Amino acid sequence: MSEKFDVIVVGAGPAGNAAAYTLAKAGINVLQIERGEYPGSKNVQGAILYADALERLIPDFRDSAPLERHIIEQRMWVLAEDSYIGGHYRSAEFARPPHNRYTIIRARFDKWFSDQVQKAGALLLCETTVKALLRDVQGKVIGVEVDREDGRIYADAVILADGANSLVATRAGLRQDIRAETAALAVKEVIFLPKETVDARFNLSGQEGAVIEMLGSISQGMVGTGFLYTNKDSISIGIGCMLSDLKRQHLTPVELLERMKAHPAIAPLIAGGEPREYAAHLIPEGGYDALPQLYGEGWMLVGDSAGFVNAVHREGSNLAMTSGQMAAETLIELLREKRPATAANLACYRARLDASFVMKDLKKYRRLPETLDRQRQFINDYPALLNQAAHTMLRVDGVDKRHKEKEIFNAFRERRSLLGLLGDAYQLWRATR
Amino acid sequence: MHIVVCIKQVPDSAHIRVHPVTNTIMRQGVPAIVNPYDLFAIEAALRLKDQLGGRVTVMSMGPTQAEPALRKAISLGCDEAILVTDRIFAGADTLATSYVLASAIRTLDKELPVGLVFTGKQTIDGDTAQVGPGIAKRLDMQLLTYVSRIVEVDPAQRRIVVERRAEGGVQILETAMPALITMLEGSNEIRFASTPGMFRAARATVRHWDRNAAGIEDIKLVGLKGSPTIVSRVFGPTPRAEKAKSIPFDPSDPDSSAANLLEHLLNEMPKVRKELEQRRSGTQ
Repeated sequence: MSEKFDVIVVGAGPAGNAAAYTLAKAGINVLQIERGEYPGSKNVQGAILYADALERLIPDFRDSAPLERHIIEQRMWVLAEDSYIGGHYRSAEFARPPHNRYTIIRARFDKWFSDQVQKAGALLLCETTVKALLRDVQGKVIGVEVDREDGRIYADAVILADGANSLVATRAGLRQDIRAETAALAVKEVIFLPKETVDARFNLSGQEGAVIEMLGSISQGMVGTGFLYTNKDSISIGIGCMLSDLKRQHLTPVELLERMKAHPAIAPLIAGGEPREYAAHLIPEGGYDALPQLYGEGWMLVGDSAGFVNAVHREGSNLAMTSGQMAAETLIELLREKRPATAANLACYRARLDASFVMKDLKKYRRLPETLDRQRQFINDYPALLNQAAHTMLRVDGVDKRHKEKEIFNAFRERRSLLGLLGDAYQLWRATR
Repeated sequence: MHIVVCIKQVPDSAHIRVHPVTNTIMRQGVPAIVNPYDLFAIEAALRLKDQLGGRVTVMSMGPTQAEPALRKAISLGCDEAILVTDRIFAGADTLATSYVLASAIRTLDKELPVGLVFTGKQTIDGDTAQVGPGIAKRLDMQLLTYVSRIVEVDPAQRRIVVERRAEGGVQILETAMPALITMLEGSNEIRFASTPGMFRAARATVRHWDRNAAGIEDIKLVGLKGSPTIVSRVFGPTPRAEKAKSIPFDPSDPDSSAANLLEHLLNEMPKVRKELEQRRSGTQ
């Protein structure tokens, strides 16, 4: 006999867990299917947890969630070959609870999140892969087929939270295959160091943490950024670049990460540590213009599978959780009113997203991916120019300051010309307004 | 026939790391799996159930975190799972563990008589292969270790025939049931759980037995107290400093290649060389 549920959620990452949790809390009969050995076993992120999105789901998550450190300092570095220029923001306010964001280890965090989902009443099958979507004669999605014997499972609606390359949705023709131009490939290492060493190197104590976001020479001319996050007794370090750039430059992600780790500003921070984990992940960074159709007859896309990533602000898991919650709320409303999950009825999922920070932020930066792809000076020229400017200004060598200013200005003008500089300012303003 | 399979949840040895100072296993963050040898025991029991009908109960002694291992067994087709769990069981060696499991099986036997008990040949964390035999001895069961194949089971006559791997060959053994069998790796191919099996496992209630439910008579025989094993020292293998030598081999000239190899070997063993030279001079 086949099983039938109100809703099937495919995937147990932040989006899938948020959706299943919201549904189960509302008393909906929900099945969640995860292909990994356990939730979190296949999930990769930097990883920063933004408290807000989770707080809306589980207000007291801080009492039980496995959190590494709360962030009290954010650094932004623009790197040249052997230098960096940047800004640090550190605040005592960030050190006071309730904390705004945390570093996490996804394998542990996702397991915890999934435990909450199961406690709320959702049924979870692990080590089970969804092969295809089941449809009725009209084409409405009515369930899934998994890779095990007697694998047809039915539901009134299916939420696809199956990640960046969303194999299920892609195979079912609900969205296009992920494209090299709109996806970044990020690699990271977790490097273990004693807690005291991490504390000393970043001027931290207790559960305080610091993060560094980086751009410039480390991406070797490609569109990309690097990061360094402090965990309890380890450091997560990684870099992500657009897949199309990696392809063009014939650079392997490993080389990229190794070169970044060797940078004179970064090497001392991780010195003596033992790399214990190596992971890679695709990030859908196409932004607003790369978004697929988000819902249809009996189905919805959430999280990475929908392309909800704010590449500029390094946000993704919060968009995932919020979109998962909104998809679930949409279905709860329909199920309560006994209305079917048709495309017309699911349209309010899109409306909810449009009214939220998810779509508003994606819209704000919609031109940025294209701008950065076409206007390589932002990656190739400016980091070096900025570093050179700082170097010229700060080096005391008998040259008067006015002369130095002129030298810096000439360097900028040489590389970008006066009109170019104006154009660049306009481009950047237009891409982020 | 009622079959009991005893399993253990172990850290996945593929991900294990040894603490550089204390030489103890660092379990933190290491995924837990069903002891791989136990999977062959589960499969052997399920094949008998497929063939003869009856009931398979899977049992484990461990903390509540071991529940997923039991659920996995249910997904494959075991009918019921019992987790023998009590804080006083902590710190048990193989003697105390076999006492607890034997007590629990004796208790279960009163619900439904047990004909066969299966275990894996050993665990991948302790590698002692002592718990199975310990259970058999305490329950006065026939013991069949390192079994590679169940040849025949006759529940009516209470007879079982198995093939057992022994040094230098295979033994074919016949004995009376109830018996305890420890299964060898590779003895069968482990099945892939069906979708209904996965649902049954996700919904199953794993019975938790504490010391009273398991029928423990003497609490001095369980846990750390009941474990005479003393770990006096833990040490890791010292990595060999010298590297393997590679000696070039010319396939077109086997004679000189062999002579070359011999020369290298004799260089390593001056005593042998001396002896050989002495003998040669003696015969001349």
